[in-house]
Amino acid sequence: MATPQNRLHKWLIGGPPLAYLVVFFAIPVLIMVLASLRNSGDFGGLAPLFSEESGTLDLTTENYGRFFSDLIYTELFLKSFAYAAITTLVCLVIAYPLAMLIARSAKKHRDLLVLLVILPFWSNFLIRVYAWMIILGPQSVFVSALNRVLGTIGIEPVTLLYTPFAVIVGLVYVHLPFMVLPLYANLEKHDPALLDAAQDLGANAWRRFWRVTFPLSLPGVYAGAALVFIPALGIFAIPDILGGTEGIMIGNVIKQQFLDTRDWPFGSVLSMVLTVMAVALAGLAAWVARQSRT
Amino acid sequence: MIRRSRGLWAAAIFAYVFLYAPLVIVVAYSFNDSRLNAEWVGFTFAWYGKLFHNEKMLQAAWNSLLIGVTASVVSTVFGTMAGYAMYRFKMRLLPLLILAPIAIPEILMGVSLLIFFVLLNISLGMISIILSHIAFCIGFVAIVVRSRLAGMDESLTEAARDLGATPWMAFRLVTLPLIMPGVVAGALMAFTLSIDDFVITFFTAGVGSTTLPLQIYTMVKIAVTPEVNAVSTLLMMLTLALILIASKLAPGSLRAQ
Repeated sequence: MATPQNRLHKWLIGGPPLAYLVVFFAIPVLIMVLASLRNSGDFGGLAPLFSEESGTLDLTTENYGRFFSDLIYTELFLKSFAYAAITTLVCLVIAYPLAMLIARSAKKHRDLLVLLVILPFWSNFLIRVYAWMIILGPQSVFVSALNRVLGTIGIEPVTLLYTPFAVIVGLVYVHLPFMVLPLYANLEKHDPALLDAAQDLGANAWRRFWRVTFPLSLPGVYAGAALVFIPALGIFAIPDILGGTEGIMIGNVIKQQFLDTRDWPFGSVLSMVLTVMAVALAGLAAWVARQSRT
Repeated sequence: MIRRSRGLWAAAIFAYVFLYAPLVIVVAYSFNDSRLNAEWVGFTFAWYGKLFHNEKMLQAAWNSLLIGVTASVVSTVFGTMAGYAMYRFKMRLLPLLILAPIAIPEILMGVSLLIFFVLLNISLGMISIILSHIAFCIGFVAIVVRSRLAGMDESLTEAARDLGATPWMAFRLVTLPLIMPGVVAGALMAFTLSIDDFVITFFTAGVGSTTLPLQIYTMVKIAVTPEVNAVSTLLMMLTLALILIASKLAPGSLRAQ
């Protein structure tokens, strides 16, 4: 098949999009990798790549050194990890019964029920976060009702907006469909005969779930966890809008480094660490999924 | 097959309420005759009226539209080419570059494009936003188009070639019409993604290139007002309409996300 004409066609068709993605994706990312090794400029941004005094490339690993020596950043990553982990867990708890119900409902209803899960996901991301500003805000009917209830049992009124709690709620809300879909895709394939067999052998509903359904659904759980955890880790808009000063995550600090402090090299270091972790986790998830399949 | 259905139903209904209640609340308050998103006072269209007199909002909507149309047209052309190339030829680098922008944290793409544009002295504004949107939309179009191609009967193109059509004619007259629903669905998807994008736009926008999501962000950071609810409601309606059209044209393409 590899005739010269064929090769010409290949580059004529594949070349332009490839070139576009190289210029506007691969090169910017490589520049950022390089930026993480450069000195900060006198007025923010980057220092010149070639040092005028020595005439050599002016590169440094100092930025990485700063990341690993200052525990604030390690703490920040751990905190973001914790937020993403709690989000993943809550998503799993909410999504599992829903996915199970969809998988066990009549075939003709399944597509509609799945569509109903995807639909809110297509509305603007900011709108979905903003909605929680209304629900958790100080004027909210929901919060005042909650506080009235708490008041009757003698608990101080609570503030929900601009807290880590609000961040988790926002993260769960935005990522929930990513947990439901892989779970559903997995649960749908289960053979109902297995549950019948377990029942005939005397297993109650609880036992049937933990010994049959759940172990079989683990690939779906892993896929969902990866699809929720990884994006949740790098998000900055949700903590920015719902989190206040307490609830910031790694994404907020990256944004800060680029737009406020204008320390690009260090911002690049943080982005690099985040990306390496995300890619490593994705790789791990793929590996675990492959292991559990065999 | 009814197993533990009551508990399951309760949990599932809770999940659906959790998914929809916030959006319903946003829409409902957009018709509430009160500055506060609290008690229901009365029905009004006033917030929509105000919206159409808000210069900044109209400018942002226009910018979003311009960016969305340009980015979706260009990314549809490139995405279709990429999808076709990946289907027909053995490409090594292309699939990686198609998937990577979708897989990596969005913020990485945003900040790396920011550095890129600033270093190249491309001023941040409409052009830089459009160039960035094209970059992240190509992959989505390519995936939709490729899945459409994979479902196509290969013998049709071969028949055209046997009957003497040049590769270009075979593509233009046989393949393209067959994959057209996928192409259109990809274009609508690209338009929706572009109109909705916040993170990458946030980093690549400059003065005077505020888009709708950026405008909403600015307003939300200052205060919660029913005007935000009104613009959000309109944006939701637009997205919903586009998605319905896309799903009519290429059933199943929505799951590519």
